[in-house]
Amino acid sequence: METHETELDHKPVSKKLIGSKFSLGETIFSVIVYGTLIVFTFVCLFPFLNTLANAFSSSNAIQTGKVVLWPVQFQLDSIKMILADQSVIRSLLVTIYLTVVGTALNLVITVTTAYPLSRRDLKGRSVFMRFMVITMLFSGGMIPLFLLIKSLYLLNTLWALILPGLISAFNVIIMKSFFQAIPDELREASIVDGCGNMRYLLQIVLPLSGASLATIGLFYAVGHWNSYFGAVLYIDNQDLATLQVKLRNILLLAQMGTSIEQMSADSNFTVVQESLKAAVIVVATVPILIVYPFLQKYFVKGSMLGSVKG
Amino acid sequence: MKEQAVNRISASGAAKIALKEWKKNYALYLLLLPAIAFFIIFAYIPMGGLIIAFKDYNIFTGIWASDWAGLANFKEMFSIPEFFRITRNTLLLNILGLLVGFPAPIILALMLNEIRSKYFKKISQSLLYLPHFMSWIVLGGIVYAVLSPKYGIVNEIMRWIGMNEFYFMADKTSWVIVYTLSAVWQSAGWGTIIYLAAITAIDPSLYEAASIDGAGRLRKIISVTIPSIMPTIIILFILAVGNMVSIGIEQPLALANAVVGDVSDVISTYVYRVGIKQGDFALTTAVGMVQSVINLFLILTANHFAKKAGGESLW
Repeated sequence: METHETELDHKPVSKKLIGSKFSLGETIFSVIVYGTLIVFTFVCLFPFLNTLANAFSSSNAIQTGKVVLWPVQFQLDSIKMILADQSVIRSLLVTIYLTVVGTALNLVITVTTAYPLSRRDLKGRSVFMRFMVITMLFSGGMIPLFLLIKSLYLLNTLWALILPGLISAFNVIIMKSFFQAIPDELREASIVDGCGNMRYLLQIVLPLSGASLATIGLFYAVGHWNSYFGAVLYIDNQDLATLQVKLRNILLLAQMGTSIEQMSADSNFTVVQESLKAAVIVVATVPILIVYPFLQKYFVKGSMLGSVKG
Repeated sequence: MKEQAVNRISASGAAKIALKEWKKNYALYLLLLPAIAFFIIFAYIPMGGLIIAFKDYNIFTGIWASDWAGLANFKEMFSIPEFFRITRNTLLLNILGLLVGFPAPIILALMLNEIRSKYFKKISQSLLYLPHFMSWIVLGGIVYAVLSPKYGIVNEIMRWIGMNEFYFMADKTSWVIVYTLSAVWQSAGWGTIIYLAAITAIDPSLYEAASIDGAGRLRKIISVTIPSIMPTIIILFILAVGNMVSIGIEQPLALANAVVGDVSDVISTYVYRVGIKQGDFALTTAVGMVQSVINLFLILTANHFAKKAGGESLW
């Protein structure tokens, strides 16, 4: 597959034809392209590295402005202080629970919605598609949804964060085009062998869909992991605060500059707000950074598929 | 032929066909049931809930028993002093976002496509996607930390080169700039995926022909690549225009502070603050509804013109 692509690639051909490998214009062009990309890539990465460095640097080093990309006078106090906070651990557990349960339900419903829609022989599927796409174009907005959640007695439950986002029409469309790419002959062959719709879905389609399930799963999981506004809107109970809500509270407190310095003055920890803020951010992002490299190859493929055939 | 045959069959025949279809695919219809229930409950019922905008909503009597208010809520909307401000801010931030944010992924994708080193391309892409996976709370926290006047790295660098420190997030103009650029930071890299996919689909013989005609790499981008991905660009532009008025709430919430409230207060934050916090449901439903209707209007208009201009459209 890879070699096939490079064979078709236009550039080697153009090089051969023109022989302009070292022309001045091409060189300037390359310098601009590489230069811009290096700068932009660095801009994407730099703030994260700086935050990471701050989280592990001593307060002295931060205050004297020595920390850039690498921890100076390495310390673990900030991270320890965050992890010593019971309520942070609690919100971490709430978020993990929400992410696991929410993503699992999202995936089940997305598959059960996308699969029938991928079947060209299903009557009425275009009606359903329209029924679904309308919801992407127009919505009731924040207040009516809030009142609905309230009247369903879902306020202050994690269901308020799971149910309204159970299906993303966009992800259903991506999943549907993936299913459509599976050759129909496969289904015809299994029908001949006496395989019904459900069995075909469970035993043939799903095992073939690992990559796109991983992609869509990642999208949903990141959504749950990052869920903030829904939690602010529907949940008052501090025991159910998600990690992002907790993070936001700590960041805001630090911004106002009161209690955290109080906290660190009271305890044995010697950290400044900046280091502490950075530490909270690190705790909230590390799980994403851990799964990210493993899923990356899938999500690029998966989302390209959705976008081209959408 | 087949359609004509279907048209001619009697009602009982139609019922028979429906029954046959049901027998063959009942499992598929059953699979769709949860989704139908979902969309009715969580999408269509809230649309019906927009009726509050026309009512004198009373929490204790509920939506249906509350008195009709006609267009009173909409009239009140125009008389509230913040209305002008939140509309202006929403439009300003969105238009800036569109001007800067829309071309950014296209330019990045065109550049990434010119990279011949596989490793450089891969590493660059992985890092460009990264901010897309972070919440606005995290990104906002990082923005505040990096730009902090006392300890932030940007001010540190400015001090090194002899400039005065500057509180970016407390100045209205620089806040708007930071808001716009942070959105680019978050989404430009991710946005390249779709354009790179479109570029991959271009017929290589077009490039060969261009080479024979003596086109350099820049010429090929202008004359082959851009025209070839134009349909994708147009579709994404329609979608972007359709979202013009519906600014998300997490970015403004994460970046706003008391000092810049004048430029950071947008329709969604207003609806949250006055509607949910202060309980003025009817008025804010009206405000939110105007937002949804304008969005719908924009997307239909953009789609219409795109169809007329180049035959590209969402549907």
